[in-house]
Amino acid sequence: MRLADTLRFARDAATGYPVRTALSVLAMAIGVAAVVLLTALGDGARRYVVGQFSSLGTNLVIVLPGRSGTGGFNPANAITSTPRDLTIDDAASLRRLPHVRRVAPLAVGTSEMAFGGKLREVMVAGSTAEFIPIRHFELAQGKALPDEDWNHGSSVAIIGAKLHEELFGATPALGQLIRIGDRRLRVIGVLKPSGQGLGMNTDELVIVPVALAQAMFNSNTLFRIMLEANSRDAIPAVKEAALSLLKQRHRGEEDVTVITQDAILATFDKLLGALTLAVAGIAAISLAVAGILVMNVMLVAVTQRTGEIGLLKALGASARTIRLAFLSEAAMLSAAGALVGYGLGQIGAFVLRQLFPVFPAYPPEWAVIAGLGTAIGTGLLFGVMPARRAAQLDPVQALMKR
Amino acid sequence: MALIELAGIERRFQLGDTTVHALAGLDLQITAGEYVAVMGPSGSGKSTLLNLLGLLDRPQSGTYRLDGRDVTTLSPDEQAKVRSAKIGFVFQSFHLVPRLTAAENIALPMMLAGIPAAERNRRVAKALKDFGLDQRADHKPDQLSGGQRQRVAIARATIMQPPLLLADEPTGNLDRHTGDEVIHLLEELNDRGVTLVVVTHDATLGARARRQLAMEDGRLQRDSARS
Repeated sequence: MRLADTLRFARDAATGYPVRTALSVLAMAIGVAAVVLLTALGDGARRYVVGQFSSLGTNLVIVLPGRSGTGGFNPANAITSTPRDLTIDDAASLRRLPHVRRVAPLAVGTSEMAFGGKLREVMVAGSTAEFIPIRHFELAQGKALPDEDWNHGSSVAIIGAKLHEELFGATPALGQLIRIGDRRLRVIGVLKPSGQGLGMNTDELVIVPVALAQAMFNSNTLFRIMLEANSRDAIPAVKEAALSLLKQRHRGEEDVTVITQDAILATFDKLLGALTLAVAGIAAISLAVAGILVMNVMLVAVTQRTGEIGLLKALGASARTIRLAFLSEAAMLSAAGALVGYGLGQIGAFVLRQLFPVFPAYPPEWAVIAGLGTAIGTGLLFGVMPARRAAQLDPVQALMKR
Repeated sequence: MALIELAGIERRFQLGDTTVHALAGLDLQITAGEYVAVMGPSGSGKSTLLNLLGLLDRPQSGTYRLDGRDVTTLSPDEQAKVRSAKIGFVFQSFHLVPRLTAAENIALPMMLAGIPAAERNRRVAKALKDFGLDQRADHKPDQLSGGQRQRVAIARATIMQPPLLLADEPTGNLDRHTGDEVIHLLEELNDRGVTLVVVTHDATLGARARRQLAMEDGRLQRDSARS
C-alpha cells in the first residue's frame, strides 16, 4: 500500500469514530499542554530571578567583610555583617588591581529625610561616583557624585525617583537643600525610576558620598565593596587578586569574603532549572497516561474492526500493511493531540504573560521539543501492541466476527 | 489445464478433547472457467474448503496448486500477494467497510496493492458503470440496498481481474429477486472466463452450476463431473 493511501486510510478510520478519537486527542493534548505550561512557569521563574540578579550590574565581584567558614557562596553572607572593618582605604587600594574597571565602596544605613515640612524614612547608600554606572542606574536630572577624595565627603545627595516625587512634587529638586539625619545636603541629581532591584528599592534610595555616610552612621566599616571586572573572563582573576590584596592589607588574615555575581547567578540558575525539570517530569507522567489511553483506544479499535481486518487480509493486505495502518492511526491521534496541546499550552502561557507582565512565562524550547517528542513517541510505542495484534489476527476467525 | 489442484488435503480442528476432521483426504481438480457449486449441510467442511481455496486457511497436510504453483508452502505475505492478484471473495454478509463510500470500497483491493490513484479512479468508474452503480458512487454502505451492497462487493472482488472468484452464500442475505440478480451477475462473469466457486446450501442455486460438489463430514460425497 502506498504511504499516502496508508495515511488517508488511517485518517478516515480515526475520523470514522469521532467521539473516541476526540477523547484520546484531548487526553494527549492535556498532557502536552501541561508540559508546555508548567515548564513556561518554571522557566519564567528562572528568567525572572536571573533577570533581577543581572540588573545588579555586569561582571560584578563583591567583597563582604567577614570570612565564611567554607568556600563557595553561602546565602548567609548576603544578610549578616561582622564587626571586622572593611575600610575606604581598602576599597581605594583595589582600584590599582589589573582588569578592574570600576570600584565602588558601599556603606548603608537608614535615616530620616526632610524637606519643606515633609519627613520620611529613607535608605542611605554611601558610595562614590562610580556606584551609579556599576549598578546600571541612570540619572533623570543633575549629575553624579563629585569625583573627589573618597575620605572627604561633600554635602551632596542624589535622590531616588519616588523620594523626588513625594517630597518635591512638581517643584524642582536640583540645588535644594534637604535634611538627612542632622545634616543638610544639597540635591545634585535625581535617579530615573527603575523599580525593584532585589530587596533594595532604588526609587526610595538616597546616595551620598561614602565618607559622609560613614560619618552619619558613626562607623568606619563598609557594607560592601563592588568591583566591576573588565570582562567576564577576568572575573576569577579579579576575585583572586582582590582576596590576596585584602589579605595582605589585613596583616595576612583572610577576614573578607569575595563572591562573584556569576556564582550567585549560577546557583539560582541551577536551582530553578532543576525545578523546571522536576515540573516537566511531573507533566510527563500525564503524557505517559495519555499514551496508555491511546493504546486502549487502539485495542478497542482492533476489536471493533476485527471483521474489517479479516476483510483487508482477504483482499490481499499483508501483515505489514495492516500493522502500518493501525500504527499510523495511533501516531495520528498522538500527533493531533500533541499539536492541539502545544497550541493550548502556548495560549495558556500567553494569557499568563498578559496577566503578569513582569513574569516572562515562555516555555523553553527543550521542553516543547521533549513534550511533542514524548507525546508522539508514547503514541507510537503504545500503538505497536494493538497494531501487532491486528496484523496477527487469523483471517478466517476475523471474517466470521461481524 | 487445471486452475486448482488439491491432493490429499487434511484439515483438522481441535475442539476441546475431540479432533474434528473438517477436510479429510480431499482430492479435487477445477479447470479454469468452470462454474462449481459446493453444497452440503453445515459442518460438512464446505466453508473450510472455500477458506482453503482462498488461502485464508492452511491444510495440515496435502498440496494445493493454484495456476500450477504450489501455494501451501508460501509465507503469509506471499499468500497475501496471491490473494490480491488471483482470488476474489464474495461474502454472505457483503463485508463492506462502513465508513467508506461504494467507490472507495471497490477501490480497496487496488489501494492495498499499491496501484496509483489515477488508474484506480479509471477502473472504479468503469466498474461502477458495468455494475449499474454510477448513481451510488458516493453512497456509504448503509445508504445502499442489499442488492446494491452485494453488487459493490462483487465489483470489489473483480476489480483486480482475478481468475478465481469464491462466493460464500452470496444470496444468503438477499430476497429471492435480488438474489437472482446477483447470481446472474456472477454467471455473466463466469461466461467471460472467470472460474466461479459458489458455496451454498440452497439446492436450486446449486443446481444452476454446471458442476456440483456435495460435501459431507469433510469428504467429497458426490462430484457431478465424475458421475
